[in-house]
Amino acid sequence: MLSVSLNHHLEDFDLDVRFDAPRGLTVLFGGSGSGKTTVINAVAGLLRPDQGRVSVNGQVLCDTKAGQWLPPHRRRLGYVFQEGRLFPHLSVRQNLRFGQWFAPKNAPREDMARVVDMLGIGHLLNRRPNGLSGGEKQRVAIGRALLASPRLILADEPLAALDDARKAEILPYFERLRDNSDIPILYVSHSAGEVARLATTLVALDGGKVVRQGPAVEVLGDPMFTPSGVRAVGAVLEAQVAAHHDDGLSELDAKGARLFLPNVGLPVGAPLRVRIAAQDVMLSLQKPEGISALNILQGRISQVRAGDGPGAIVSLDTDAGRVLARVTRRSVAAMGLSEGLNVYAVVKTVSIAPQDVGG
Amino acid sequence: MDWLGPEEWQAVALSLRVAFWATLAGLPLGVFVAYALARWEFPGKQILNGLVHLPLILPPVVTGYLLLMTFGTRGPVGGFLQDIGIVFAFHWPGAALAAGVMAFPLMVRAMRLSIEAVDPKLEQAAATLGASRMWVFATVTLPMILPGVITGAILAFAKAMGEFGATITFVSNIPGQTQTLPSAIYAFLQVPGGEGPALRLVLISVVVAMAALLLSEVLARRVAKRVGGA
Repeated sequence: MLSVSLNHHLEDFDLDVRFDAPRGLTVLFGGSGSGKTTVINAVAGLLRPDQGRVSVNGQVLCDTKAGQWLPPHRRRLGYVFQEGRLFPHLSVRQNLRFGQWFAPKNAPREDMARVVDMLGIGHLLNRRPNGLSGGEKQRVAIGRALLASPRLILADEPLAALDDARKAEILPYFERLRDNSDIPILYVSHSAGEVARLATTLVALDGGKVVRQGPAVEVLGDPMFTPSGVRAVGAVLEAQVAAHHDDGLSELDAKGARLFLPNVGLPVGAPLRVRIAAQDVMLSLQKPEGISALNILQGRISQVRAGDGPGAIVSLDTDAGRVLARVTRRSVAAMGLSEGLNVYAVVKTVSIAPQDVGG
Repeated sequence: MDWLGPEEWQAVALSLRVAFWATLAGLPLGVFVAYALARWEFPGKQILNGLVHLPLILPPVVTGYLLLMTFGTRGPVGGFLQDIGIVFAFHWPGAALAAGVMAFPLMVRAMRLSIEAVDPKLEQAAATLGASRMWVFATVTLPMILPGVITGAILAFAKAMGEFGATITFVSNIPGQTQTLPSAIYAFLQVPGGEGPALRLVLISVVVAMAALLLSEVLARRVAKRVGGA
């Protein structure tokens, strides 16, 4: 468990942040200028906070009151930077081993062969970073961080410099890391899709303050939580792959409810999360028939929240979990949408973006 | 080779020795000063920068005279060194000192440029992976600036081979002790019939200087390729 409490004066605003990151992957979420990079750099020891305390599993990394300060090289971190920051004068193999040269001899050691295999970088070992693609560089950077025997893994927007195809290539590695390792991961991101796929815990920052924190599925399903941009609003459903059909669709089982998605590329039985953007959800008072959308979920309205503009966010408790729908205030009035009402949520199969689906 | 007399050989050998020691002794200090100027902020940074570059701008005779005042046996530093058995004035180590001081700015400039080209973010990354400051320098910074270090060293060597003004002022022109190549050329030109030996030494100077420049180019390019073209 990582505990962070920081006060730091920045040029534009004052940072005042306090949060805990339990086992799993904690996303520090916020727009540019929210202070998230400052927080992660303070945890890494690359920045000295004016005041604060940072500890990992009881070990204090920094405590300004007690005058304690561990320099970055003694914090046992695995830091994955946005730009990879591989050493150009070393081969991929030497880059991967770099952290092991300095790790304490008794530190639990990741098996090089296993990490190389997991990241699919075996064929790159003898090459230099300069010749690698962006996605390959980032996979090597992840491997380098893992092999340093870290107590804590940090990632600062590790996908931001990659195109969508490369992002899709890297995301599964963070999912595996989250699911197969006991090391807490602190992950900075401004992408709602990444949050939905990766986050166990969500810490939302705005203007240097924590505006929300808690289990990711809970926070994302809260209609009061509206991160930057309407497109970013959307709840997450947890499901399992039930079957693959000949017509290219995958059938998912979300706590009994059936969902159909374009092929998700995971084996039957695999758990996964599906983010459903609120603006892709339609609401109907009767069970819709004769329409092309395949995904229809019945549920009870738990909250209606009118926004400042013409829109409103309706929060719906379905069998599959919480779903958020963005509709107009006019529809809310015309349909008489209010708490406790039973409605049907309609989601077009093809509107679920592949980057919003993951294990 | 018969076409060089013993006195001329002596001058060539002495010059090589002087330049070698001037470069070797200057290297660690040069890397340190270049790193400090490139990376650290400290009071007096501009003064240090000025001091390093002064020999480039001052008349060499002035530099030689200042060395004589400081490191001469009656100077503050020279007197102390004499007590512990080190004498610079009118001995070949003095020639090396003069040559080293004159070559130092060239060395530092080349190294500073290459240090400034290293992205500090890479050094940060190395620190997060467990490398202390010394290890970051040894495993990341130094390998990446190696082309600049080599270029600086070879430039300094060539400059030290040809140093004249400060050397002759500080340690005079004693054959076998402080008579380096340029001093020997100067001495030959002062006597009738000395043009022949002088010309031969001039040729050697030109060849050494050209070889040094070519070597530094080739080495720097090869190392740059090995460290990833950075």
